[in-house]
Amino acid sequence: MSNDQAPKDYRESLIHLEYQYTAGSATTTFLNQVKEGRLVGQACPKCQAVYVPPRGSCPRDGIATTIEVPLTDKGCIESFTVVHIPIPGNPIVPPYVCAMVRLDKANISFLHLIQGVEIDNIRIGMRIQAVWKPKEEWTHSLENIKWFAPIDEPDIDVSTLRFQAS
Amino acid sequence: MIQAGVIGVGQTNYDSKRRDVSMAGLVREAIDHALLAADVEWDAIDAVVLGKAPDMFEGVVMPELYLADAIGAVGKPVLRVHTAGSVGGSTAVIAASHVCSGQFKTVLTVTFEKQSESNATWALSPRYPYSPHINAGAGGYFAPFIREYIRRYDAPEHIGWKVAAKDRQNALKNPLAHLQIPGIDEKMVSETPMLWEPLRYLESCPSSDGACAMVITSEEMVGSRKVAWIKGMALRSEGTLSAGRDEVNPQAGIDCAKDIYQQAGIHNPRKEIDCAEIYVPFSWYEPMWLENLGFCELGEGWKLTDEGVTRLDGSLPVNMSGGVLSSNPIGASGMIRFGEAALQVMGLAEDHQVEDANIAMGHAYGGAAQFFAMWIVSSSKN
Repeated sequence: MSNDQAPKDYRESLIHLEYQYTAGSATTTFLNQVKEGRLVGQACPKCQAVYVPPRGSCPRDGIATTIEVPLTDKGCIESFTVVHIPIPGNPIVPPYVCAMVRLDKANISFLHLIQGVEIDNIRIGMRIQAVWKPKEEWTHSLENIKWFAPIDEPDIDVSTLRFQAS
Repeated sequence: MIQAGVIGVGQTNYDSKRRDVSMAGLVREAIDHALLAADVEWDAIDAVVLGKAPDMFEGVVMPELYLADAIGAVGKPVLRVHTAGSVGGSTAVIAASHVCSGQFKTVLTVTFEKQSESNATWALSPRYPYSPHINAGAGGYFAPFIREYIRRYDAPEHIGWKVAAKDRQNALKNPLAHLQIPGIDEKMVSETPMLWEPLRYLESCPSSDGACAMVITSEEMVGSRKVAWIKGMALRSEGTLSAGRDEVNPQAGIDCAKDIYQQAGIHNPRKEIDCAEIYVPFSWYEPMWLENLGFCELGEGWKLTDEGVTRLDGSLPVNMSGGVLSSNPIGASGMIRFGEAALQVMGLAEDHQVEDANIAMGHAYGGAAQFFAMWIVSSSKN
């Protein structure tokens, strides 16, 4: 072990990365719909699993998700965490609630914020709906949704959400 | 298939900042210890297999290029492995496969992370295009699955504290471990700040610098050395965003465990495995993986933890070295599990040795809990 040696020179040098992102046809279709305030999933023609956001292929069957499935902006909290620490590079001020949002009729969830409720009252299975930015601010991004907020509907039993291919 | 065994395990000490060594120096330190432990010279090494987690963790892209000389790979085949956090385990399996294939007699394998050179939480929290910027590090990713485990099986919150305290108590018996917290107990864990609910500060792994290396050889080269015989090894993956995935109990983990048990002729892992080093970066993953690995029925893992079964003096000690919760140089963390399992069956685990450990498991998982690597090592060849 050489821990007793004097530390060597140590300096911070920041890396700046720029990259070009190619969305691909499925994501492009999805984001064009999001820009209009619509959430449209895509289903696998074989197993019928509905993906949102769609990535263009079904990871189970390896085929294109060619069936468009219009969804509402309502769903439930599949699970969540409350982030209490600042994340380097992230502008959101803690504490905030990061949830796995499962839209109705979708078979996977995506991460989004929960607001409009006391943190201690948030539960797995709670019904939620998107809170959208003003229409004039809509762009090609799920950031068009500011966050999801609870709605007054009975909780979902999340054990019923697991997709099983028929 | 050719029988392979571990004849030397080398580790650095683990610390938050190993500023006394470069990345190359850190890796070489572990290698030197492994060669010494194995009692082999450089010319006995036929190939080198290197592993580490994402390059963003140091900001050095393709470190295998610059490390080729430090790892003794000049003039020899070198392969770099990457499967996120499970990479230490995957690298060990790939290295052992080199030997079992008959292509190489003796292989050196090494894994490392020098997390102090960048920021892993930053690296794991990128802003994805066209999405809100809410990724919150590994803890932010795994906490919702832990919450779901607790809900599903109505597990009491002290289970997480218990695992966190137990692993750090074990670390006090391992001088290489990063976190050395005298007097650590459940109460101390429970009083630390919440990071990612339901995970508290001391229920989370540290960020460490360190490296782990092993020398793996074929049965004909073993001679009179102490050996950890590799009785079963396997890798499995599953899709990250796949409908029907259960991230509380991933299918890839179930399948990987079944595979190694079958190879090793193990029918009842709870009875036949003497101790296990399992990848537990956040406290609750101990009970979750006990179930996933078939040590008990679903929903029973937290009870094993609660009953003290996984303590160093329990009937199924888990993470005798202190585990990932005590030392976490991410790229090496999986190999440390595999190497510590080997040390147990070689009888070389010193103060954290389990008495009469003959069969031990090494386990690692990585990515979004979609990569798994496992092996079973034994003190006896047959």
